[in-house]
Amino acid sequence: MTPLLQVEDVAKFYGHRIGCTDVSFDLYPGEVMGIVGESGSGKSTLLNCLAGHLTPDRGAVRFDTRADGMRDTITMSEPERRMLSRTDWAFVHQHARDGLRMNVSAGGNVGERLMAVNARHYGDIRDKAIDWLGRVEITSDRIDDRPTQFSGGMQQRLQIARNLVTGPRLVFMDEPTGGLDVSVQARLLDLLRGLVREMNLSAIIVTHDLAVVRLLADRLMVMKDGHVIETGLTDQVLDDPQHAYTQLLVSSVLQV
Amino acid sequence: MTDYNFAYLDEQTKRMIRRAILKGLAIPGYQVPFASREMPMPYGWGTGGVQVSAAVLTPDDTFKVIDQGADDTTNAVSIRRFFQKTAGVKVTEATEEASVIQTRHRIPEQDLRDDQILVYQVPIPEPLRFLEPSEVETRKMHALEEYGLMHVKLYEDISQHGAIATAYAYPVKVEGRYVMDPSPIPKFDNPKLEMAGIQLFGAGREQRIYAIPPYTQVVSLDFDDYPFEASKADHACDLCGAEDSYLDELIVDDEGGRMFMCSDTDYCAGRRKQGHVGAQGVPYAEDAA
Ligand SMILES: Nc1ncnc2c1ncn2[C@@H]1O[C@H](COP(=O)(O)OP(=O)(O)O)[C@@H](O)[C@H]1O
Ligand SMILES: [Mg+2]
Ligand SMILES: [Zn+2]
Repeated sequence: MTPLLQVEDVAKFYGHRIGCTDVSFDLYPGEVMGIVGESGSGKSTLLNCLAGHLTPDRGAVRFDTRADGMRDTITMSEPERRMLSRTDWAFVHQHARDGLRMNVSAGGNVGERLMAVNARHYGDIRDKAIDWLGRVEITSDRIDDRPTQFSGGMQQRLQIARNLVTGPRLVFMDEPTGGLDVSVQARLLDLLRGLVREMNLSAIIVTHDLAVVRLLADRLMVMKDGHVIETGLTDQVLDDPQHAYTQLLVSSVLQV
Repeated sequence: MTDYNFAYLDEQTKRMIRRAILKGLAIPGYQVPFASREMPMPYGWGTGGVQVSAAVLTPDDTFKVIDQGADDTTNAVSIRRFFQKTAGVKVTEATEEASVIQTRHRIPEQDLRDDQILVYQVPIPEPLRFLEPSEVETRKMHALEEYGLMHVKLYEDISQHGAIATAYAYPVKVEGRYVMDPSPIPKFDNPKLEMAGIQLFGAGREQRIYAIPPYTQVVSLDFDDYPFEASKADHACDLCGAEDSYLDELIVDDEGGRMFMCSDTDYCAGRRKQGHVGAQGVPYAEDAA
């Protein structure tokens, strides 16, 4: 099987400081990769390099495009990369306000990606928006409300609907449950797990919360100081961590 | 007259503005940045349009200014006087006599010819602005033809009002490429954007010039199930009886009596001169007497 995403020796520096370095891995269709590590370990830097928000200083990020097969997304033209961003890729931000248009209704937020790929039938766009709001447990009577009128958990669910409505093949998520109350987190995780299974999503999820990856990720990468220090199947890494740092990380979560 | 250079601006500035105009004509609908100059009138009074007019006027031109279709508003009168004084050009209120027409908020009813230039005053040139405040981002959207956001605006309109409620500054796509703000003309005027005359748009505060060359395709954005409609009040002009012109509504007495009349005052007067009389109108000769 061809990987959906092939990451080869990616590095990003902020001046002399390491953002992330020596990162290589393959992601296969339908696979969910978790990236864990403490704050400042380089998770967001890596994710943003993969999603085209940051330009790495080194390495290749190859994506299996529909039209031309494997293409290095770093060297492709910006229009091509932006096209991927609004079709085959999705990005769920930690803060919903970074991923939503706060001055546009919920329906408009979900519909934007459809309109970006030339949907021009209002009735169809609205039907799809209602369907997707339902899938993230937002009732259709909220379709014309703005996200500012939503709770934090609802905003995050709206962001997910907005991202998934065009059926992306790869979803990037940066701390999707961060900043939410624990009970709200649990519900969101449940929802995400359902969607990942149902849509057979491929995803890369960055989090410092091991419970999130335990529930969602097939495989795990542990980062420290910009380096990947351990990788493996999620259960293996969490139940039998090899690296001393991972052992610390896992034990500290047990104490919580 | 000798106090000023012809049409107030110095020759170098006019050349700079003409270059922006030519670039605009070469790339229909594209917003060309230009170094807007201080004009002896406040922003919002059409300084963008005035600078464009100054750059295109020649001593042989005949100049007309309309504001909301009328030649006699304060704004129109002051701009007309300004060029009378600084350029010594002939001025007129008759659309067909004018070679350069500066306008705010309307396109004349009468079709323009290919030897006429229409100059628009533009307050906000960027049609994507209200949903995407970042200038860097909107420029990128134009460059990459990413116009989905424009339809989000129309979507919001329909979801809130049941129809596309945008009645002015209705966005258009020019020659299948750039999405453009036609300035706050009523959408009734949008079909007239495809014309024989040259159309130049000047935004002073925002320092942008853009253009539509003659006979350029201009399409108003819409949805398949909510097609664009160039609507106007369902009424005829009470003065001249015209059924095809854009109308202003006027309250005429304390009992709520209303009157509809052409917003294009020259068009209305022309029709009355030809003998047309509306429901509340009097024959032109009697009125003049
Ligand atoms: N824009 C930036 N400029 C300079 N240093 C940065 C910037 N963003 C992140 N860093 C640094 O890069 C390292 C990795 O940060 P980040 O990728 O945000 O980690 P994480 O997401 O795991 O918390 C940290 O040392 C951080 O301080
Ligand atoms: Mg982070
Ligand atoms: Zn009339």
